[in-house]
Amino acid sequence: MTGRISLPVMCLGILGFGILYVPMAVMIVFSFNAGKLVSVWSGFSAKWYASLLTNEQLLNAFGLSLFIAFWAATIATFFGMLIAIAFVRFGDFRGRLALSGLSSAPLVMPEVVTGLSLLLLFIGMESVLGWPAGRGVDTIIIAHATFGMCFAAVVIQARLRDFDQAIEEAAYDLGARQPFVFFSVTLPVILPAVIAAWLLAFTLSFDDLVIASFVSGPGSSTLPILVFSKVRLGVTPEINALASVMISIVTVSVIMAAYVMRRRLGKTG
Amino acid sequence: MAPFIRLTALTKRFDEVVAVDNLSLDIEKGELFCLLGASGCGKSTLLRMLAGFEQPSAGRIEIDGQNMAGVAPADRPVNIMFQNYALFPHMSVAGNIGYGLRRAGMRGAALGERIDALLKLVRLSGYGGRKPHQLSGGQRQRVALARALARQPKLLLLDEPLAALDKKLREDTQFELVDIQEKLDTTFMVVTHDQEEAMTLAGRIGIMDQGQLVQVDTPRTLYESPKNVFVADFLGMISFVEGRVTKCTKTGLVIDSQPPITAALDQQRGLASQLQAGDKITLAIRPEKINLSATAKGAVNEIPIVVEDLAYLGVASNYRVKTAQGQMFKLQQQQNRRADKPPEWGDAGFIQFDPADVIVLS
Repeated sequence: MTGRISLPVMCLGILGFGILYVPMAVMIVFSFNAGKLVSVWSGFSAKWYASLLTNEQLLNAFGLSLFIAFWAATIATFFGMLIAIAFVRFGDFRGRLALSGLSSAPLVMPEVVTGLSLLLLFIGMESVLGWPAGRGVDTIIIAHATFGMCFAAVVIQARLRDFDQAIEEAAYDLGARQPFVFFSVTLPVILPAVIAAWLLAFTLSFDDLVIASFVSGPGSSTLPILVFSKVRLGVTPEINALASVMISIVTVSVIMAAYVMRRRLGKTG
Repeated sequence: MAPFIRLTALTKRFDEVVAVDNLSLDIEKGELFCLLGASGCGKSTLLRMLAGFEQPSAGRIEIDGQNMAGVAPADRPVNIMFQNYALFPHMSVAGNIGYGLRRAGMRGAALGERIDALLKLVRLSGYGGRKPHQLSGGQRQRVALARALARQPKLLLLDEPLAALDKKLREDTQFELVDIQEKLDTTFMVVTHDQEEAMTLAGRIGIMDQGQLVQVDTPRTLYESPKNVFVADFLGMISFVEGRVTKCTKTGLVIDSQPPITAALDQQRGLASQLQAGDKITLAIRPEKINLSATAKGAVNEIPIVVEDLAYLGVASNYRVKTAQGQMFKLQQQQNRRADKPPEWGDAGFIQFDPADVIVLS
């Protein structure tokens, strides 16, 4: 990385990042607007944040989204890791191609299709098995875990492929057996990827609107569903404040993830 | 008494490929044995079978009288120092060295003392708290050695132990390895494709080709008296001359090459009885055993040549010379005097070598 960045490249960079981040900056600024209008500045105030804290509907939806995202991400990471291990470690097993297709199809499937098919599945299951009884939190978690799992598998696979298997052999050689080898050596080494996969699945679940609106039921409105229904009635500064809070949460967690990974990986070589 | 490590008719097949082919080998306790071969010769497969990562297709492995068939890697009295060290990147140096000890049930003060003793052995005292990525290549290599020695294995396998180190560091490290081996009296088996590494480390070397041991001997015997063309060519530089025996006595033979070459049979008396006039044989001569001069002296095995090629190395110069009949010889000349004016490209001269220095290959 020597030499200067030429002017045209610099301009393109500024333009690109500008399109990405200026709207967010504007939104954050207006979340501190004292007035009720979203686009007319009328003085500084943090009152929208205060009103956010007293808006029980929003707080409930926020909590619910966190709860769903946490469990969906956890389940997705667990199964994603199993898929990744199957692909990387078990070589040319029978049905490899089928599994690879099955596990990557949801990555490109339109969300509407995924949502609708899951809805049909849940309705069918309810009439045959009697479970799940109606749509609610559990169905959203299952739906989110299903597609999150595919993303998690991709992320963990990449790390597992770079994994030097001699490290596991060294553990066997030094007197360890499975599952101890997995928990003492394999998992800690691929942990950055597992954390990254979890965070990815978490954010995917947290901001999913389409699938969630198919499989949610009454009383299980996630934050995106609530925000979307509110925005249809007009954007309020309260929504700005909420979005700003969400941005800061995401920013903090991304920085944390980067920090954890850097510490864990150390300098390679 | 049976030898410490005994491999009997060991064979490993991967589908159609025979990686190790009916190999038998005895290794004594406390020996530093080296398995030398080009990549793909089956040496890594042999190593993995000894460690327990591969099961032999046939044959047996005995270590200290114990049959290793069906014994898991974790239960074998064998440890490996892996080629790229395979240190646990998330553990400290002490954690790496202590891993095997903890598996053996060692805890608390005893564990700490043992780790300290091992760190001292590999001259890394005070480094226990570091992570592998904070160490240099040479230090990592020593941690890997300490970790592999921690469980006091009966056999330590070293897979290309010096390959990942730069040239300067290798020289120090190889002497250090030998020192540690002598101090602990553990049986070491080094697997390598690097002949210099094998020559400097090992007491005995086994040369492996296509899954079989071609010759097992001390480095000197392998170099000075190789059994066949493969071994002669594999170790160091050498020139070959082919021809038919024209005269054969108890002490020497002459072949009909152009010009004829005389070889002494003093060291290979057994051969004299097997050979007779008319047999086709190959003679070999090491480059440093050939003298190069500008004028003829009328000695045995004196051949006129022209210098084809030369490489100046400082300590010595390597030459490729050609006889009038087109036979090539590789030779090495020491530069003993600063004022030496060695022959140059295209110069004519004479080479000469002692019949006792000619290797007779069957």
